[in-house]
Amino acid sequence: MLGNKAHNILKEYKKMAVEDYKGVFTFAEQVDHKITGVSFELIGKGKELAKDLGVDVTAVLIGYNVKDLADSLAEYGADHVIVVDDKELDVYRTEAYAQALAGVIDEYKPEIVLVGATPIGRDLGPTVSARVATGLTADCTKLDIGDFPLEAKEGVEQKHNQLLMTRPAFGGNTIATIACPDNRPQMATVRPGVMIKADIKKGAKADIIEFNPGIKVNNKFVEILNVVKAAKNTADIMDAKILVSGGRGVCSPENFKILSDLAEALGGTVSCSRAVVDSGWRPKDLQVGQTGKTVRPALYFAIGISGAIQHVAGMEDSDVIIAINKDETAPIFDVADYGIVGDLNKIVPELTKAIKEYKAAKI
Amino acid sequence: MKIVVCIKQVPDTKGGVVFNPDGTLNRAAMLTIMNPDDKAGLEAAIRLKEQYGGEVTAVTMGLPKADDVLREAMAMGADNGVLVTDRVLGGADTWATSTTIAGALRNLDFDLVITGRQAIDGDTAQVGPQIAEHLGIPVISYAEDIKVDGDYVIVKRQYDDRFHELKAKMPCLITALSELNEPRYMTPGGIFDAYDKEVKVWGRADLKDVLDENLGLKGSPTKIAKASDKVRKGAGEKVTLDPMESVNYIMSKLEEKHII
Repeated sequence: MLGNKAHNILKEYKKMAVEDYKGVFTFAEQVDHKITGVSFELIGKGKELAKDLGVDVTAVLIGYNVKDLADSLAEYGADHVIVVDDKELDVYRTEAYAQALAGVIDEYKPEIVLVGATPIGRDLGPTVSARVATGLTADCTKLDIGDFPLEAKEGVEQKHNQLLMTRPAFGGNTIATIACPDNRPQMATVRPGVMIKADIKKGAKADIIEFNPGIKVNNKFVEILNVVKAAKNTADIMDAKILVSGGRGVCSPENFKILSDLAEALGGTVSCSRAVVDSGWRPKDLQVGQTGKTVRPALYFAIGISGAIQHVAGMEDSDVIIAINKDETAPIFDVADYGIVGDLNKIVPELTKAIKEYKAAKI
Repeated sequence: MKIVVCIKQVPDTKGGVVFNPDGTLNRAAMLTIMNPDDKAGLEAAIRLKEQYGGEVTAVTMGLPKADDVLREAMAMGADNGVLVTDRVLGGADTWATSTTIAGALRNLDFDLVITGRQAIDGDTAQVGPQIAEHLGIPVISYAEDIKVDGDYVIVKRQYDDRFHELKAKMPCLITALSELNEPRYMTPGGIFDAYDKEVKVWGRADLKDVLDENLGLKGSPTKIAKASDKVRKGAGEKVTLDPMESVNYIMSKLEEKHII
């Protein structure tokens, strides 16, 4: 079996060459020839970091026959787009994509590489970081350029222009800021929905750099026997402006009807807590929280949700939070702008009626 | 079939978190559990053993008291336990941790390595894929289902809106989701036997093909600049009204915020 001696040697070499690494790179994740939302968010954040450092932001687009997607990355602010296009990269597989991204890093030596914390990015990121022998900070919610250590200390060299990566830990109970001072690139995965996309510049054309490190089929390749897409009958909760979210307090899958009625009256979407998914009442793609999705809608209704810290971590940045819960000690009231202690079964249907009447009267 | 399962003893974050006065985590004051994703991985390994025969070895890295989590694994049905513990390994980030565990695994003969997708204390999901990378074997993350077909595994790999059915040649590494199964309970006899068995304790000297400078805090590329208690936005208003008053209250707030 192969050892990791090569990595160790590489790491030693890189310790001496930190200053050779320049520029901010973002991974442009595409699935079925469609760029995922977080990829644009990464470019938005990457631009801010690049501005602080006085460098460019480059999107790395990996796939097969994907060059036509490059302009959309430029529209969201990518100064350059590196396209790695290869038949082996048609559908995501860890080893093929790791060869592509690690190949780009070895060739272009970026100081920062940002990857979306998606089920793809959270597999590709660690594999590539181990391969290029650098650190990776997972699921970041904040990225800044600054000094490490944060405060100057006598006898300790303070390094400037470091990527400071902030993330929740211990189930959202603490936040930690992490640096990667001696290795390059500084790598981070970033939770979807947390960073803000830059304003779109329609019609922008990408500065395309085509590069292929040569994807070599080896023992680490897996075979895809089947791709099974889940029937998607719901809107993506991360795009919703209004979310009506239900928890265990809704009491039954049938009772979610009163939530979907409210969502319909408001022009919103139904989401839920982990307890609801674990009980099989609603599918996983509607789950808000640490192990679900991070959302920041204009309005978040938390109905029958107690507000476990893991749930709060996924919705606390919503503009307005309204909670309805019969338990006045429920922790959801600690983050709600407006908390109503009461029976959701009595309040929610009446609220739906009131909203419908209000809207009808307005027309 | 020889299966190695990597497990971690973690603070039970659901039970609340206790801090020391200096802001660090007071691990001693918190209950510990076997990390849920790891437990699902262990259950999957035991089921494969029951179906195809073979041996399950549970490996953990941690403080000496992590012996408990290995006993639990053996009480569930693991045949062997290996505790990797050494002062020089402390403070490791995911890179140094995966380097350490890979160094331990090089001493073991295995067809399959199963880890949990992520641990509830760090939530990084990095150590599994990084071990595979250090060992030079294929990785399949986010497994919802595992089957064996001769020298191959067939795994249902979860994504947001789909799954891929993947086939990989062993040896390979799989990271398990807690959705994979419902882990069994320990049996009284199992608990009794578990404390009769020997847990191997390995230190730095037992790790194969790793360099000192890649271990522990010193060998970790990532460094903590600051750790703090999460600052949350404070509570807003809380009212207790009858249902119709509640509706009027919510309507007034929706109007005030220009939502309707």
